[in-house]
Amino acid sequence: MLKQDGIPSKEELSRVLPSEQRLAQGPVVIAECFQRIPCDPCARRCPRGAFSIGEDINDLPRWDAELCDGCGDCIALCPGMAIFGVDMTYSKDQALVSLPFEFVPRPKPGQMALGLDRGGRELGWFEVADVKCGGEGNKTYVIALKAPRELAMELRQIKAGGYR
Amino acid sequence: MRETEILVIGGGPAGIRAAITAAELGAEVLLCERDGWLGGQLIKQTGKFFGREYAGQRGFEICADLLAKLHNTAKIDIWLDCPVLGIYEDGVVSCQKKDRLEKIKPQRMIIATGAAENFLAFAGNDLPGVISAGAAETLMHMSGVVPAQRALMVGAGNIGLTVSYQMIQSGVEVAAVIEAAPQIGGYLVHASKLARTGVPIKTGYTIQEAYGEGKVEGARIMRLDETWRPIPGSEEDIACDAICLAVGLNPLAELCWQAGCQMELIRELSGHVPLTDENLQTTIEGIYVAGDICGPEEATTAMAEGKLAGANAAASLGYDTEQAQAARLAALAELGELRAGPMSARIKTGLDKLREKGAAKHA
Repeated sequence: MLKQDGIPSKEELSRVLPSEQRLAQGPVVIAECFQRIPCDPCARRCPRGAFSIGEDINDLPRWDAELCDGCGDCIALCPGMAIFGVDMTYSKDQALVSLPFEFVPRPKPGQMALGLDRGGRELGWFEVADVKCGGEGNKTYVIALKAPRELAMELRQIKAGGYR
Repeated sequence: MRETEILVIGGGPAGIRAAITAAELGAEVLLCERDGWLGGQLIKQTGKFFGREYAGQRGFEICADLLAKLHNTAKIDIWLDCPVLGIYEDGVVSCQKKDRLEKIKPQRMIIATGAAENFLAFAGNDLPGVISAGAAETLMHMSGVVPAQRALMVGAGNIGLTVSYQMIQSGVEVAAVIEAAPQIGGYLVHASKLARTGVPIKTGYTIQEAYGEGKVEGARIMRLDETWRPIPGSEEDIACDAICLAVGLNPLAELCWQAGCQMELIRELSGHVPLTDENLQTTIEGIYVAGDICGPEEATTAMAEGKLAGANAAASLGYDTEQAQAARLAALAELGELRAGPMSARIKTGLDKLREKGAAKHA
């Protein structure tokens, strides 16, 4: 339970996960944002206006499946590090998962990193496809990982260090 | 004796914002800071901020921006290493400046002394290695010292959660975060960030004792029942060389007591706070307060309160321009917005209680 241990339940996740149909169409971002707090960079900075927050800055972001093209600009902007990118159409048999990262050392593309789920449980080793700085002055990095499709909605962290 | 229009006591986010706002409106400001640097706790915060004005910026970056603005604003004099010692009946303030006792006669005062971290009673809490979360932050970000190899964090409010994350970033293994309340008190995004690195967050747990030979070698924790009583047989040992306490803050309001401000004990505001009106003026005319002294909250609200107190203090001196009115309204709007969410319910209850006390006094 999110409020007890910080791990969102299936029910909580079901409120923010895109439909299977939308996932099959191409890359998306997913804001795993469940609590009303005063915060709005996702809505303010999305180049396509895919996130919106109402009059009240405390409102949860609303995500528009049509407007989002999965560019992932918001991943390194979310102060809560709660936005992830998922591309189920990445290759014939793999998905691409992009996650925000603020640890050192960072992996290099081509290395393998130990993947973790929302509760920090090990999911196995994943190939790093890309490592991108969040923009000038933004020290949040975005790590993109190749993952089997069935793990794309589980993989949310990599263990810092020990890359191979 | 040094004379000034406005004396700001405390160079944290609230005090800095108050000084800038008042000076921009034309008032002459003297800012006294106890430490040898400005920025208070903000300078140590490496996480990104929420809110509107500063969203996405890290605490120390906001601090750098504020300091640049402070140093570029005319009419602000800054005294560092200068603890304010007393406020006297005739409105004279004494402070220690280097090895001298200085006296200041301000026309208005803004007290922004912040809050202090609470300690917790448990066996072995005097062992070296039992430190506050703020101390861990100071070691990491100001001294460049790794505070521990393996730490237990006590408290899952925003401070406990964010300092735990910063410790991991500094190479510390965080064994667990325990929290006596049945739910996480801080932002859930902070909790989720920790959870996915594998840090267990254990709500409904307390620390029973710290043990070790001459230093912390471990902690014994226990589960609590619904009435917050430890459940016998639920003891667990956690090996660690540091126990960090993030169990709340207490307003640093000694100067308000001494000045004779009416004080009220409000649980939701974490202790005794000065009774204030909507301008953040205390019951002593000319003495304003801002920031955690009014009830510990976020740095974003502290800055908004600083702006409000600074604008009101300057306006009361005759710098009552349209600009002052605009700053005042902007600060009030900002506070309203920041406090509109459920995470501010407790502070809002506290502020309502405080206003009720104020209304009762006037009646």
